[in-house]
Parts: sequence; C-alpha cells; structure tokens
Amino acid sequence: MNEWKGSGEGRFFAVVMWLVPIGAVALGMRHWLPSMVSEHGAGVDRMLHYLLVATGGLLVISHLVFGYFLWRFSASPKPTFRLPSKSSERKWSLMPIIAMLFIAEGGVLVLGLPVWAKLYGAPPPDTAVIEVTAEQFAWNVRYPGADGKFGRTSSQLITLSNPLGMDRDDSIARDDIVLTNEIIVPVNKAVQIRLRGKDVLHSFFLPHHRIKQDVVPGMTIDTWFVPTETGIFELACAELCGLGHYQMRGIVRVVSEDEYRQFFSEQPPFL
Amino acid sequence: MTVAHSGEAVHHEPQSFISKYIFSKDHKVIALQYMLTGVVVAVISGLLAMWIRLQLAWPGANYPVLEKLFPDGMGGGVMKPEFYISLVTMHGTLMVFFVISPVLLGAFGNYLIPLQIGARDMAFPFLNMLSYWVFFLATIIMLSSFFLEGGAAAAGWTSYPPLSAVKQAIPGSEMGQTFWLLAMALFIVSFTMGGLNYFATIVNMRAKGMTYMRMPMTVWSLFLATIIGLLSFPPLTAAAILLLFDRHGGTSFYLPAGLFFGNQVLPHQGGTPLLWQHLFWFLGHPEVYVLILPALGIAFDVLAPFIRKPIFGYRIVVYSFFTIGFLGMVVWGHHMFVSGMNPWLGEFFSVGTLLITIPSALIGVSLLASLWGASIRFTTPMLFALGLIAFFGLGGFGGIFLGTATSDIYLHDTYFVVGHFHFMIGGVTLLGMFAGTYYWFPKMFGRMMNETLGKIHFWSTLIPFYCVFLTQHFLGFGGMPRRYYAFNDFQYLDPIRDINVFVTICSFVLGTAQLLFLYNFFVSIIAGAKAERNPWKATTLEWTAPSPPPHGNWGAEEPVVHRWAYEYNVEGASEDFVLQTAPASKAPVTA
Repeated sequence: MNEWKGSGEGRFFAVVMWLVPIGAVALGMRHWLPSMVSEHGAGVDRMLHYLLVATGGLLVISHLVFGYFLWRFSASPKPTFRLPSKSSERKWSLMPIIAMLFIAEGGVLVLGLPVWAKLYGAPPPDTAVIEVTAEQFAWNVRYPGADGKFGRTSSQLITLSNPLGMDRDDSIARDDIVLTNEIIVPVNKAVQIRLRGKDVLHSFFLPHHRIKQDVVPGMTIDTWFVPTETGIFELACAELCGLGHYQMRGIVRVVSEDEYRQFFSEQPPFL
Repeated sequence: MTVAHSGEAVHHEPQSFISKYIFSKDHKVIALQYMLTGVVVAVISGLLAMWIRLQLAWPGANYPVLEKLFPDGMGGGVMKPEFYISLVTMHGTLMVFFVISPVLLGAFGNYLIPLQIGARDMAFPFLNMLSYWVFFLATIIMLSSFFLEGGAAAAGWTSYPPLSAVKQAIPGSEMGQTFWLLAMALFIVSFTMGGLNYFATIVNMRAKGMTYMRMPMTVWSLFLATIIGLLSFPPLTAAAILLLFDRHGGTSFYLPAGLFFGNQVLPHQGGTPLLWQHLFWFLGHPEVYVLILPALGIAFDVLAPFIRKPIFGYRIVVYSFFTIGFLGMVVWGHHMFVSGMNPWLGEFFSVGTLLITIPSALIGVSLLASLWGASIRFTTPMLFALGLIAFFGLGGFGGIFLGTATSDIYLHDTYFVVGHFHFMIGGVTLLGMFAGTYYWFPKMFGRMMNETLGKIHFWSTLIPFYCVFLTQHFLGFGGMPRRYYAFNDFQYLDPIRDINVFVTICSFVLGTAQLLFLYNFFVSIIAGAKAERNPWKATTLEWTAPSPPPHGNWGAEEPVVHRWAYEYNVEGASEDFVLQTAPASKAPVTA
C-alpha cells in the first residue's frame, strides 16, 4: 500500500499548488473595494493594501516552495535526508519568527495603530453631532437643531409616531430634527455619530466611508469621520438583528456646506 | 516518569450486544459511536449549507418540493428570512460543536490516545461512556429544535442577546433558542467529562518507556486541545444558564433598561449584551484551537510514513502548541473590535492575536520542511494531509487581516470572515478528519478504503473548496455582509452580487463529492480489501496491535517503548522504519 510509485502525482499536485497563488493574486488585483470617500478611510485602505501585498507575497513564496518540494521529492525512491541538527532546526525556525514579527506586528503597530488611534480619539472641536438610533429595521436620525443640544428621550414615551420617545415637555427637544433612514452631512467636515439602540444589536456600516461600529442597546457609542466627497452613499446593518436584517438600509447624503445649511433652514422640527 | 498501566482484571470483554456496542466502555467502540454520530450530523449540516447556498444564488426562487419538507420555513415554496437565519445558525452550530468536535476529539481522541500511548483503555471507561451519551442527548435536543413552534434558534451560532434573549425579537428565539442553550450546556458537560478523561489518561497511563517527548504529535495535539477546552468551555455553561434565566426567569444579566419590542417597554434593567460576547468568545476563540490543533497533530502523524523520514521540528512544534494554547486563551476580544468594547482593549487584543502568527508559522514551516529530502508517497491520506498544509497557510494569512484591528473595521462581519473561518475551522479540520479517517480506517475496521475513489474524492474536494471560500474572501473585500438573506437591496453590491451563483455551483460540486467518501467509507467497512497489521509501514504503537485491535488492545503483553515516534530511514536498521517497541539492540535510537 505504501510503495514509491514515481512522480506523476507529485508533479500534478505541485502544479495545482502553483496555480493557487496565481489565482489568488489575479483575484486580488481586481478592484473589489467600493470607492473610498472619507479621510481616515485612506488609512484603512492603506492597511488593507499593505496586507494584500505582504500576505500575498507570503502566499506566493510559500506555495512556490511547497510546489517545488512536491515536484522534487516525489521523484526520490529513497529519502536523501534524515534529521536536521538542533542548531539548523533553530536557525530555520528563526525565519518565520522574524518574518511574522516584522510583517504582522510591524503592520499593526506602524500602519494600523495611528489610524485606529485617530478614529477612536476625540474628534476635532465643534464637530457636529448626529444621533442615530437603530431599531428593527430602521435608522432613526436626529439633529440637535439650532441650540446644538439633544432633548430628553425616554423609552416610556415611544409611540408609532414618536419612535425616539422624545419628551414634549423638554424645551431643548423642541428644535430637534428627526429623519428616518437618511443622514445628511456636510462634505469635508468632521461629523460625530452618536449610536444608540432600541431593541437588539445592530451595526452601523458605511462601506464607502470604511466605518463600522456596533450599536448596543443600553450604551451610547460615538464614532466620527470626515466625508471627502459629495454624493449619496449607502448605510447597511452589519450585525445580525432579525429577519429584516438584509433590508435595513439607510443612506448618507453628503452635500456642500451651503446645501447643508439650506436643508436645515427648510426642515421643520419634529415636535 | 511514566506509569505503566496496571493490568488488573477490569478488562473482561463484554458479552451482550448492548454492553458491547451500545453502552460500551471500550474506547474504540465509543470512538466509532462519536464518529458515526458526527457523520450523520455532518450530512444534515451539509444539506443545510446547500440550502443556504440555494437561497443566496437565487433569492426568492420557488421550490414546491421543499415546501412539503418544511411547510413553515418554506411557505409557498419560498424560503422565509427567519428560516434562512435558522439555517445559518444551525449549520454553524452543528458543524463546530456536533461534527468537528465529536469527530476530531471524540472519535480520533478516543481511538488514538490509548492506542498511541500503549494503554489498554481510557483512565475512566465509565465516564467515557457517559460523555458520549450526554453528547448524544445534546445532539438530539439540538436537532429536534427544528420542529418546535417558531423553528430552530436564529440568532447566529454566536447567539448574541438581546436577539437570543427576547422572544419577540425573532421567531427562533421562542423555544428554539432555549433548546439551543440546553444542548450547548450539555455539550460542554460532555466535553468536560471527555476532556478530564483524556488528560488523566495521557498523564497516567503511558506505556513503560513512553516519555512525553516520545509521544506522537496527535497525542500532543489532543493533550493541548483538551487542556484548552477544559479551561475555556465551562464559562459558556455559566453564560448559557444566565441567558436561560434572562429568557425564562425575568433576570437582566444581558438586558439593559428601556428595551422596546412590539409596542412595549420590557421590564429589564441593568444588564449588558457585551457580557455575553465576552463569555461566548472566551469559549469561542479557544474552541478554534481545540479543533485546529488535533487536525495539525494528525497531519504530522499522517505525513511521517509517507515521507519515509522523521518530521521536522518535533520539539519546536510541541512548544508552539503550548504557546498557541496560552495565547489562544487571551485574545478572544479580536472578535469584538467594533462591538463597543473599549477601543484600547481592542488594540491590546490585536497585538496579542498577531503574536499567534509566530507559533502558527513555526508549525507551518515545520510541516513544509518535513518534505525536504523526503521520498513522498501519494496515498489518499497523504493527499489530504498535504492539502491541509496549503489550507493552513492560506487560512493563516487571511487571519492577519482580521486580527489587525484597523483592517477589521472594514472586514468585520463580511464574507471575508466567512471565507477565512471556512478555510481554518472548516477546511483544515475537514482535511484533517479525512486524512485521519483514510489513514486509520484499516486499524479501525481491519479493511482498506478504496484508493482510486479516495483520490477522486480528494481532488473533487480541494478544487471546489478553493473556488467557494477563496472567492468569499474577495466578496468580503467588496463589503458583502454575512448573514444576509439576499443582497438585492444594496446598490454597492451590484457588481459582485452575481458571483454568488458561481459560489453556489462550486459548493454543490463540493457537497456532491462527499457522497464519494460516504460510499467508500460504508462499502469498505464490509467489502474493503483485508488490511494487515501495519499497512503503511508506520512506527507508532497502534500499528503493533491487530487490525482491528481486540478489547484491551494488546493481548497478554503490554507494549514497552524504546524510542520516539518518528524513527524512519534509520541507518543500520534492517527496514526503513523502526517500530517504537523495537529495542535499541535491534536498531540505533536516534532521538
């Protein structure tokens, strides 16, 4: 059952193993990412491209070596080598240690950490704050209005016509503006999204802006970004939230500052 | 340091059918029980995957035949979204906990630990039996949940609350989720019994001369997997009980104040959904290593007889297993980078996670380097072991994208994750299970599996596997979210949506190819060519026992070990392999 039978199968296997990285690289060269339209998104994309090139390189090298070994050593009826010395074993082991420290830890610390630190650091002062409250299966968007303050809400006050449970007795709430499934933001200015949830987990995913942040009921989670292009972009839910998860779509309308101001001068307050 | 097993009179062979095959305390019978259960669940769970793929390629298509099978979920012949999520949830749960775990640990662990260390049975045969039957009960509970009002659990295999805690959140969160939690708790009870048994057996029952550093890699990997599992699984039992309290007792471990469902505010307050995520991933991430390590151990043991030389880096791999075991316990948070957890904690988890690439790369390089100077024999088990090396490489490189917090922002919960974990805990373990089955089948049943069918099975598994799961990585790059019933509502997915048809067709090829294995497996049990004691000319102890080994494994005399597990091509030996039981007088001891 276990006799040496020549090298045909080894060569076939070797060729398949050489085709794998070729296929992966061919796929990887295609443009998969949606267009990128935010400031920190450039950093995320740089990270992704670095990893594509670095791990793509590792994939190519390892498969070339693997295929070569299969090709060459399927042709020997008898092993030509037995045990490496302890020191050469250690020496060869040093190679992956250095490679992984450099490629993986280097990547995360040099390229990843600064982007992460900026994104999760404080936004610039006087950044506009927009509250997004997720529910099955819609995004409720609230602007603080002229006073720059959000009015009180309470889940006890929620009705079909008042999905956020805004308090009519709170004077601060009177100028708050509420939209559904639509966020309007000015271009080239930082916006802070204040995420809240009414029922289950959701995740605020802006594929074009490279933003993803889970929405957790009971918590208020802030995230911020700077949109760099005007246009209409999609908002998807990225955390399983129930049977309508796949339809929980919103849009982000990025407009010029003038249009932004004009929109809000025309928009009636919610209460 | 080894303790020879005292051959007391506990090994009377059972006589009745029931004590021999049903409530058996023989580790080999229990192993086959685990394997058979795993195969049955694998067929069911594989069919669920095909069903999922059907929906993703042609969303909303009408299948009147399937309506007859599941009138609720397929009302009018069209799949309902909530049913789709049930399928996704159950496919993941069943594959991870009720297929890979019982086959790699339950079947191979039970079969190989005593045989490879030279024991007559497990340390606690009764506990072993109990472990299987508790597992069996868990399996029945999990499978039966499909037929409950509301259907099976539908909060994903991760079962994040509040979706999994509140009945109104999704139909699967009615009794389906309760059954899911009960079955998971029982699974962990079963695993704990099995794990303690494996640990005690490896520590106490090694044959004379079987030092730790002479053990085969499979035993090492199972040893580490067991320790990791014993330390990391029990928290989920506690977590599951707390979630049951939230669901049925009105407590608020995971539920904050002000939750609003179906026009009313729920009376909960003070809990947080993040608690569950921490507890779940405290089990969930180590679970990946619990499954991957035995597959890697099996790969080394299958490799050795088919390269006809010792494997490379035995010690380094053992140390790497320990390192992975330790690091694997403290990086669960990389599943939670965007969960709302403190972002600085995220960066710590990121650095820790990427440290795991080092022992992983050492294992990968050792597998590769083992081929250097070899004389490779392309038998079916060897093909699967070689395929495993390739999958481990590709899967590992994909993991770096997800372990890096910054790139995970974009890739989290996309198809990149789906592609990645199918290569690792789907692919590496699948190929490991196949390599192990083709390799030890002659020992288990005394017959050989058909080689030609085996090789066709290998190639028709490997190639479509790449087509399905490598492609999914790139769908993830396109931003395609996972657990979506359909992708029609989003314009940014327009350019890549139809690739799902290609993926589905390939997955059908992949699924169909597994029929070759089932046919080969069951026909070979009855009609395969008779196997000798040591058909692969291997060195480890199990090959010194008859095929299949009798009750008590070794007859009158227990084996005595004189050398490590990989003495191939030793200069001065009469053959190109030396059994571990051969004394130094017969062939030089080299390691």
